[in-house]
Amino acid sequence: MEKLTHIQGSIVAIPVNDIDTDQIIPARFLKVTNKEGLGKAAFCDWRYLEDGETPNPEFILNDPVYQEASVLVAGDNFGCGSSREHAPWALMGAGFKAVISTDFADIFNNNALKNGLLPIIVDADTQQQLFSLAEEDPSTAVSVDVEAQTLTLPDGRAINFPLDEFSKYCLLNGVDQLGYLLALDEEVQAFEARNPQRVATTA
Amino acid sequence: MKENGKPRTLFEKVWSAHTVRDQSDDTPAVLYIDLHLVHEVTSPQAFSMLRERGLSVRRPDQTIGTMDHSTPTTPRNELGIIPVADAMAAKQLDVFTKNCSDFGIPMYALGDEHQGIVHVIGPEKGLTQPGMTIVCGDSHTSTHGAFGALAFGIGTSEVGHVLATQTLLQNKPKTMAVNVEGALGDGVTAKDIILAIIAKIGIGGGTGYVFEYRGEAIRKLSMEGRMTVCNMSIEGGARAGMVAPDDTTFDYISGREHAPRGAGWDAALSKWRQLPTDDGASYDAEITLRADELTPMITYGTNPGMGMPIAATVPKPEDESDYNKKIALDKALNYMDLAPGQKLLGKAIDVVFIGSCTNSRISDLRLAADFVKGRKVADSVRMMVVPGSQQVKRQAESEGLDEIFRAAGAEWREAGCSMCIAMNGDQLQPGQYAVSTSNRNFEGRQGKGGRSFLASPLTAAASAIAGVVTDPRTMMAAN
Ligand code: SF4
Repeated sequence: MEKLTHIQGSIVAIPVNDIDTDQIIPARFLKVTNKEGLGKAAFCDWRYLEDGETPNPEFILNDPVYQEASVLVAGDNFGCGSSREHAPWALMGAGFKAVISTDFADIFNNNALKNGLLPIIVDADTQQQLFSLAEEDPSTAVSVDVEAQTLTLPDGRAINFPLDEFSKYCLLNGVDQLGYLLALDEEVQAFEARNPQRVATTA
Repeated sequence: MKENGKPRTLFEKVWSAHTVRDQSDDTPAVLYIDLHLVHEVTSPQAFSMLRERGLSVRRPDQTIGTMDHSTPTTPRNELGIIPVADAMAAKQLDVFTKNCSDFGIPMYALGDEHQGIVHVIGPEKGLTQPGMTIVCGDSHTSTHGAFGALAFGIGTSEVGHVLATQTLLQNKPKTMAVNVEGALGDGVTAKDIILAIIAKIGIGGGTGYVFEYRGEAIRKLSMEGRMTVCNMSIEGGARAGMVAPDDTTFDYISGREHAPRGAGWDAALSKWRQLPTDDGASYDAEITLRADELTPMITYGTNPGMGMPIAATVPKPEDESDYNKKIALDKALNYMDLAPGQKLLGKAIDVVFIGSCTNSRISDLRLAADFVKGRKVADSVRMMVVPGSQQVKRQAESEGLDEIFRAAGAEWREAGCSMCIAMNGDQLQPGQYAVSTSNRNFEGRQGKGGRSFLASPLTAAASAIAGVVTDPRTMMAAN
């Protein structure tokens, strides 16, 4: 994983509540065995017309003025539904570095952080303000300081967002979480010695 | 199992028995995983990661694989093989076979006598037991919580963590007691309970929580009914849902392939009996529902929280005071092509799907078969019945249920996820309406442009016969 310390980028808004992972990437794209190329499947059924290829001119991500956007502002409860990690892979493949919402589904939140896609929780007023800003001026940019856990709006207002210490450490240092677990091998062995195995699938 | 005399919940007991390292200010807890279920769709990138780093699977003997999501449910050929026509799906299945074999993980391949939906086979093989921690790269892992296990879905990175270390980093969730008091009326099922709960709390209402389902109505449910309820915990936003184990649980497990035996059974039983929540233990939140007030439920929108009693009318966006919710409802009704205030009863449908990890077990199939017996599926309706596993399929066939379905004009298929996720060609056509016993009615979930009404197997069967959305109780009365 690459280090993530700051994000500076323009925003695009999809002001829809409960955007589920089936919308972020429909299941028919999950037959892959790697993570590459999923960006073009992001929001596929909203992004393209019936034929699956022609961009839907009505859909905001196809609007030429938002092509540079790297921060997505979404309605409440973003990323609900399936546990597919293809959702953050697709969003990152489509150029996003952060998603702003009032809350995120638990599994999506975990998956995003493990890939360096930053979920930023803001209050409903800030969310509405960002929806308006994005619509009024497509060049609206925000900046994010991961260390300070702040999102700075165009008016200079800096908003704090929650981020657990461990995920923050991993983002700032570009390390993934597996290394930490691998280093606990002795503790895991001790746990296994204390607790008899529950079921053996190979038996 | 009270610790220092402090009463604890079922969740707290299972959680604390599995913490290799407690949560601190700087790090989440490290949780030991007793059983890891893997399938073809969410595992390939995790195995690739192991290969890249030269890691092995720490406990292949606590891991089991099955093929379910992208597998066809079309008939076997003359060699007894289920052919896979989709090249990408075929490749994914090959990769999965190689991964399981290279890393020593037992796996049930397509068509194997034990193959089936991952959340159906765990319980039916006796692998799912009270007090365990169980994970899978699939959000409906919550199903296994019906046994008093702590079971939840994980992403592919986490699949890699568990393969390599048998542990997971987790922040401790909060607990919510979900009380379902009173008794269910005729024609009202476990599916209606969970649809009513989700309609009440909304699809994000349980985010950050583990549910514990309690109360008379839950105690009276069979294990299969409890699995249906726990299965859809994630549709309420909760990663896990649990039911305290009792004699119903123990009777279900006893004698299954991986169940403890002899002295081991007695020892297990005495531990399991200590798992239920202690008197006086507290939850972070609590809600209560009355089972006797429930009717069959149905969804009208594009997420499982958009559900209502089957005889109700579709809500009107103008009655919604929250702006975002108003927009969401408007968008949903537009996609579903439904008018605000309209009734769903009597609405013509094109497809009925009975299947998925929510409602594809033998009791679901018996319920539906009982209903269609001696009746005919409406000419305008395609009815598919997809058993959850090869074992369920064999059991159903031994009871003649397949013949009942076929005689009524329904399709009887091979086991798998099928039209629940529409990865295998079993899918709705754009604009079609389905009554489905699965768990998600998201836009396009059951096929691009398809429209799903989620309901119980009884409601699905009644609607298949009538050709329109139907309250099963009206046809039961006519029996
Ligand atoms: S049946 Fe549906 S919900 Fe269940 S595991 Fe399969 S795809 Fe997921």
